[in-house]
Amino acid sequence: MSANHIISVLVENKAGVLAKISGLFSRRGFNIESLAVGPTDDESISRITLVVNAETHSIEQVVKQLYKLINVIKIQELDPANIVERELVLVKVNAENNTRAEILEIVNIFRANIVDVGKKSLVIEITGNSRKIQGIEELLRPYGILELVRTGKVAISRGSKK
Amino acid sequence: MGKITGAQMLMKCLKEEGVEVIFGFPGGVVIPIYDAIFDSDIRHILVRHEQGAAHAADGYARATGKVGVCLATSGPGATNLITGIASAYMDSIPVVAITGQVATHVIGTDAFQEADITGITAPITKHNYLIKDIKDLPLVIKEAFYIASTGRPGPVLIDIPVDISKGLIEESTKVELKLEGYKPTYKGNPKQIIHAARKIYDSKKPVIFAGGGITSSGASGILTSFARYSKIPVINSLLGKGTFPDTDELSLGMAGMHGTKYANLAFTMTDLIIAVGVRFDDRVTGKLSEFAKNAEIIHIDIDPAEIGKNVNADIPIVGDAKNVLADLLERYKEYVDKKGDPDRSEWLDSIAELKKQYPLKYKKEFDGLSPGFIIEKIYELTGGDAIICTEVGQNQMWAAQYYKFDKPRTFISSGGLGAMGFGLPASIGAKVGMPDKTVIDIAGDGSIQMVSQELATAVVNKIPVKVMILNNGYLGMVRQWQEFFWDKRYSHTNIYNSVDFVKLAEAYGAVGIRVKKKEEVEGAIKKALETDNVVIVDFWIEREENVYPMVPAGSTVECTIDCE
Repeated sequence: MSANHIISVLVENKAGVLAKISGLFSRRGFNIESLAVGPTDDESISRITLVVNAETHSIEQVVKQLYKLINVIKIQELDPANIVERELVLVKVNAENNTRAEILEIVNIFRANIVDVGKKSLVIEITGNSRKIQGIEELLRPYGILELVRTGKVAISRGSKK
Repeated sequence: MGKITGAQMLMKCLKEEGVEVIFGFPGGVVIPIYDAIFDSDIRHILVRHEQGAAHAADGYARATGKVGVCLATSGPGATNLITGIASAYMDSIPVVAITGQVATHVIGTDAFQEADITGITAPITKHNYLIKDIKDLPLVIKEAFYIASTGRPGPVLIDIPVDISKGLIEESTKVELKLEGYKPTYKGNPKQIIHAARKIYDSKKPVIFAGGGITSSGASGILTSFARYSKIPVINSLLGKGTFPDTDELSLGMAGMHGTKYANLAFTMTDLIIAVGVRFDDRVTGKLSEFAKNAEIIHIDIDPAEIGKNVNADIPIVGDAKNVLADLLERYKEYVDKKGDPDRSEWLDSIAELKKQYPLKYKKEFDGLSPGFIIEKIYELTGGDAIICTEVGQNQMWAAQYYKFDKPRTFISSGGLGAMGFGLPASIGAKVGMPDKTVIDIAGDGSIQMVSQELATAVVNKIPVKVMILNNGYLGMVRQWQEFFWDKRYSHTNIYNSVDFVKLAEAYGAVGIRVKKKEEVEGAIKKALETDNVVIVDFWIEREENVYPMVPAGSTVECTIDCE
């Protein structure tokens, strides 16, 4: 059965590494749903967070193939039940005088932020998991979304509760 | 301490890695490297096409077990290496390919003879490097050789921009390997090994399936001891030829599409496959869902990604074949000591019966030239002691079927990639690495035409390889498929009489011999072996001879097509 898998990959922070990793996915017939890259606390090491839709068996094969890349240090498939995941979205939405107040209310309810105010539009920043982002996106759509940009998903496993 | 150029540093590092020979071809951005080669005592063999350099480095590596090195210029030089690198990658052969690159400040500007060779080769190398800082050069070379030759071996490419090879670096630069993301597993898990030993002891009908991993691990000796001690028959993959003596009565030869019928039948009958250094390629398994349905599988491989890739392993063991087999033999002996030898006579009898019932056969009673007959003669006249390289297609399968390989590194063939044109340059590489051995390229008239320019390389450098062309005037393997599966519609496979190979040999200063009659075969082979020069023997074989038996692609042993 195919499902979304969140894979967190620690790699050496060197030129060409991302290309090798994304190339490996396309070569084996996988589509990357989302991708986020950034350095870790050690700047010689980067973390790549990938979301891939695939069957469990084939994801195991891809993880094994990923391990063969010399620049890959560690791979973790994150258990969705035991992680904190976030995405960040910036939305430029139509905001006329008569709709501004309504939009501000939605922004407040979702604990989002207004980061830019234009004559006829607002830019809203939302952080959260996919469901929250989908929720606010649906509510904003009727006002007219002019532009939308989202980061890939980043995720971290929860700390031990014991 | 003084400074030296990047190119001189390259040669110094290659020397430290024990490199004896480089196969290469010069060009604009590698002139600095060639200038350093001019002063170096590392031998350089000038090929006539970069593809030849890559295959020769591969052949050298397969014959010697050392890392093969090839060198080409940027752009077209580098892209001409691709087929050779891909072939080495598919067959896990340690090769270091060095390419020149345009100067760092013009990379990405579509400069003259620029190609993104690290991008292009990412899917066909174990690892690759573009050196952007001369300070990295010594460490990169060290890493490249280490990565190429350890774990599951494979090709590594190093791309060196011209300003790096011309730049200056402190001669005494010291480097230390530190590869955090690369730690191959050599020792097998002891619990899994005990589990496997018990499983083998309890098995009524076990077979060993041995592949190229045995060769790269140097495990042929321990494999042979293990099989003989436990009295378990051995099936080889194509690349596993020579890892277990073909002449041993426990040998079932090669399995797969053109494997022996008894090996393929043994797979359907066995209750336990002990697979070592194999990857269950589709040419071996045929229809996967029907493959070895009654068997459990112990899969031993140094590459965890191979385990469970094509078939499920009941007992996976990640580790080096030599270590794991040694441990396995020890554990197995403990069972035998405790409980006595398991009785496998019934199984061995049925194997012997299969071998009697389904031998490899070709038409012996006819006047024409049969490839099986020729290869058996080559075997006889070389005393089974030659290194046999092959091209790809029918010639390759006949060589694998009819020459008996008793030692590892004596059968050299492009298995996974199946690259026509591999054999001649690979045989040049093999002969350079093993100058005291007779090296023969068993070729087809199609394949040899892809690389015949390398005859110049062989003649000029006095590398007396023997090319035995099984000439049927067809691209024979494709023609065979057209005969069986495409109503004999021989679309573009007829290349009859397109080259006079005797004249071709002579044009290059080699010796050419044409053989059209059965009674001339022995004399021609003898003459070729005695001649201290490159020799082409052009055997005009029966034109529509097929490779038998044949299990059609994606099919099962029940559908085997056999010789009448």
